[in-house]
Amino acid sequence: MQKPNNMMLQTLARLIIVIVLSFSIYLLLAGHNGPGGGFIGGLMTASGILILYLSFNFKTIQAVIRFDYVKVIGIGLLFASLTGVASMLFGFPFLKHFFDYFTIPILGEVELTTAMLFDLGVYFVVLASALKIILTIAEDDK
Amino acid sequence: MELIMAIVIGIIFSVTIYLFMSKNLLRVVAATLLLSHGVHLLLLTMSGLQRGASPILSFDAEAYTDPLPQALVLTAIVISFGVTAILLVMAYRTYKVHKTDDLENLRGSADE
Amino acid sequence: MLTLLHWAALSPFIAAVLIPFLYKYLKRIHTGWFVLILPLVLFVYFLSFIPRTSSGEVILNNLNWVPSLGINFDIYLDGLSLLFALLITGIGALVVLYSIYYLSKRKEKLNNFYVYLLMFMGAMLGVILSDNLIVIYVFWEVTSIASSLLISYWYTREKSIYGAQKSMFITVFGGLSMLGGFSLLYVIAGTFSIRELIANADMIMASSLFIPAMILVLLGAFTKSAQFPFHIWLPDAMEAPTPVSAYLHSATMVKAGIYLVARLTGVFGGVPEWFWIITTVGLVTLIWGSVSAVRQKDLKGILAYSTVSQLGMIMSLLGTGSAAFYFQNGDNALYMTAILAAVFHLINHATFKGSLFMAAGIIDHETGTRDIRKLGGLMTVMPITATISLIGLASMAGLPPFNGFLSKELFLTGMLNVTEYGIFNLETLGIIIPVIAWIASVFTFLYCILMFTRTFMGDLNLSKLKVKHVHEAPVGMLISPIILAALVIVFGLFPNLLAYSIIEPAMAAIAPGIISPGEVFDVHISHWHGFTPELFMTIGIIILGVLLFITFKKWENSAFYRGERDIFNSVYDSGYNGLIAGSKWITRIQMTGRLRDYFIYMSIFIIFILAYTMYHYNLPAIQSLDLSPVPIYMWLILLVFVGSVVIIPFINNRIALIIATSVSGFIVALLFVLFRAPDLALTQLLIESVSVILFMLVFYHLPKLKKVKTPPKMKIVKLIVSIGFGLMITLGSLSAFSMGQDTDFSSISEYYTENSKEEAGGYNIVNVILVDFRGMDTMLEILVVSMAVLTVVSLIKLRFKGSEDI
Repeated sequence: MQKPNNMMLQTLARLIIVIVLSFSIYLLLAGHNGPGGGFIGGLMTASGILILYLSFNFKTIQAVIRFDYVKVIGIGLLFASLTGVASMLFGFPFLKHFFDYFTIPILGEVELTTAMLFDLGVYFVVLASALKIILTIAEDDK
Repeated sequence: MELIMAIVIGIIFSVTIYLFMSKNLLRVVAATLLLSHGVHLLLLTMSGLQRGASPILSFDAEAYTDPLPQALVLTAIVISFGVTAILLVMAYRTYKVHKTDDLENLRGSADE
Repeated sequence: MLTLLHWAALSPFIAAVLIPFLYKYLKRIHTGWFVLILPLVLFVYFLSFIPRTSSGEVILNNLNWVPSLGINFDIYLDGLSLLFALLITGIGALVVLYSIYYLSKRKEKLNNFYVYLLMFMGAMLGVILSDNLIVIYVFWEVTSIASSLLISYWYTREKSIYGAQKSMFITVFGGLSMLGGFSLLYVIAGTFSIRELIANADMIMASSLFIPAMILVLLGAFTKSAQFPFHIWLPDAMEAPTPVSAYLHSATMVKAGIYLVARLTGVFGGVPEWFWIITTVGLVTLIWGSVSAVRQKDLKGILAYSTVSQLGMIMSLLGTGSAAFYFQNGDNALYMTAILAAVFHLINHATFKGSLFMAAGIIDHETGTRDIRKLGGLMTVMPITATISLIGLASMAGLPPFNGFLSKELFLTGMLNVTEYGIFNLETLGIIIPVIAWIASVFTFLYCILMFTRTFMGDLNLSKLKVKHVHEAPVGMLISPIILAALVIVFGLFPNLLAYSIIEPAMAAIAPGIISPGEVFDVHISHWHGFTPELFMTIGIIILGVLLFITFKKWENSAFYRGERDIFNSVYDSGYNGLIAGSKWITRIQMTGRLRDYFIYMSIFIIFILAYTMYHYNLPAIQSLDLSPVPIYMWLILLVFVGSVVIIPFINNRIALIIATSVSGFIVALLFVLFRAPDLALTQLLIESVSVILFMLVFYHLPKLKKVKTPPKMKIVKLIVSIGFGLMITLGSLSAFSMGQDTDFSSISEYYTENSKEEAGGYNIVNVILVDFRGMDTMLEILVVSMAVLTVVSLIKLRFKGSEDI
């Protein structure tokens, strides 16, 4: 059987993935004040990576991205729960968040909040879950 | 708008229940997907539609849409994705093991 | 407040907890020795109450349990309770002593046995000491459970299981109807306290619920006391170890029904229904039991039916005695004789029947059989056992000078008195009562002779026995029956030892308000009353009994004697089998294994519950709907949406199915945009994309969709159910919407909108709710998602060997 020509798709995917990934990071960070957040950012990143899997060979990508997604889920859960526990250490209720405004060179005044860390945990969990589910089924191609 | 949405949601639920009663496993999976659509729209509709701006304070509007159903639905969307995935995989495994996707053939015997 | 009496009632339960440890760590000593201490101490403790109760004092200790429901563990100790407490602890101590020799510490699971036995003892004390009907009910059921556990003590035997199940079904059925009766009493009088019920007896009697309450309570008493036709469980309960039969199934538990009837005579007594039901059931049980006992070939079978018969006798005495409440100011001696006979016979029965059961146990233990066709000639090898049996049987047959003679005479007097009452149509029907009593007594006499002659007389035929060296039982095993046989003689010779210490207080407790305070019933029991009708009746019994015995060989081969199973067993058996077959049938017709059918049940149920709710709150009449305007483009979008959804059931192509579902999904995302929910729209869009990939992957492995032919009838059912469901959802969402507008409440959403910036420093309210205000929910949500992933992974990766059912 003749191998299908994926040139166009692969070249485009290389371009798209950069845009998709950077946009997903933007969505994650913008979540607190505009549309976006951990859920959306995670799903966006997942779909970006899925584009890679679809356009390139499964094994090629496996060799490049060497994460164990189940571990990423664990890390995400740990992030989310630790931000909650951290506030307990200071005598506040579980999952109490704090925020303040800082001035950072170049970026100017920036709001930093512990809720962002929690959202990061959500991001990891959603990202890894979506990928793991699809890849598990894809791998079972026997 | 709410009236017409209520009717549309009713139609979705009808189709869902009809699909649930079919013999084919895939149709049942499709039905769960539709069911979650119906529920999400139902949650939004019940609090009123298109009243006020998006719930983002930077818009500085006088009134905002109710944010609470949106938060609920956002959660529900992600969860329903998990449910769909499990059901799909279950259908897949059932077919692999039993070599059928006909629910009539998948009935357990009465004496079990 | 917990008093010493409360602790006394609860102490067996506490002891029961300790038994397994004693059994495990002190294996060398028979566990029974530790258990024996408790009933002995309790017996002595209860003996110390005799001076107080015999002077008419009543001890009442309150303990609130669930006061809001009127349920309190109030201890009420009067003459009747004390009589039962002494029986339970006294016979209990003797039975435990006997069981030490009966049950081998090497072979038997003693921990189980004594835990159940103590459980029973505590429950029984709870029943007779409590003043509250609900507490009585709870302990009552515990006695049923303990009894079943003890019957099935040798749980590998099929017959034990059968007997245990039977007794459980029958007594628990009675217990539940009794609970219904108690509840009705509560509805009438507003209290569960027996004292207060007796005080309000006139008000209860006037209620229309009086008769139903009475019948339900009596069902409980009759099933427990093995009254006709519920008596069939008692012979099968003989599968229990003999100490249990002696204790539960002759001396104590089966008398709980008698106790209940005696205790509630103050509430129900004095109406013809109570009089006739109890008297009739008691007399039928009496004659049925004594005739059936003649047919038995198993020693314990004879004793079981004789117990049934004797319980019927006590029951009928309580029934006729209840007439005392009808004549508030009549001649006490006339009808109180019946109650006196009931109380006296209760004690006597416990003594002679206990000793007989123990003797039967000894014979079983030493010869290996209880079948009277194999036994015989044991008089010479087991002289002590034979003497004990002779005393017990003579007392049961009603021969002087034993205590059974005295109570049998009193019984006959009580029955003869009935004809003189002149109420409840007794002047015409009344004569039947003493006649039945007399015939039953003839049969009682007959089976007593039969049991003794077949076991101890004749020739010892060793070839029929499994044990070759038959000898007398060890001393320890004989102590308890000897004590009981001695009591038979002592109570027979000196009945007035008991008269004013135990019997009179118990009578006063059964019939409260019949005599004024300070007065006492005249209780004088003697052997010789002169040439009374009772004496001639007794002589008649003896003559006829002996005649029947002499001619017994003639009808030994008759069908009557050959069969021994009670015909009522077939009613129970067919009922039991019918119940199982019926429930299987019901399960089969609804549990079809079809997802379709289950969805039809659920949908119909949901439709009806929604319809009813809306009808109940008058919701379909939606008055004012403040609807937002519908822009033109919405019509187009919704048209495409509805089209893509409605077409799905008609699609027979996999790819088309995926496309149609994802079109609907993307339109939902579009709707989210239009409904000012940017976060939702983004999420939905991304999820939909990922879902499409997921679907594609899975569908690739699944077979092609087949065109399904549904029978038109089924199609109509499906259509009706699904359209009805959709209609209910439409109506429901509209009414919810209009209710949200009409009712004047402030939504919690406002709090989030106002505080999002100040409290959490975020402008996107939805995101702030998710990560901050309701962070815990999100936390759990990502946990659920993670679990879904693990499920998917294990479903795919887990490989089974092939034979398992998934």
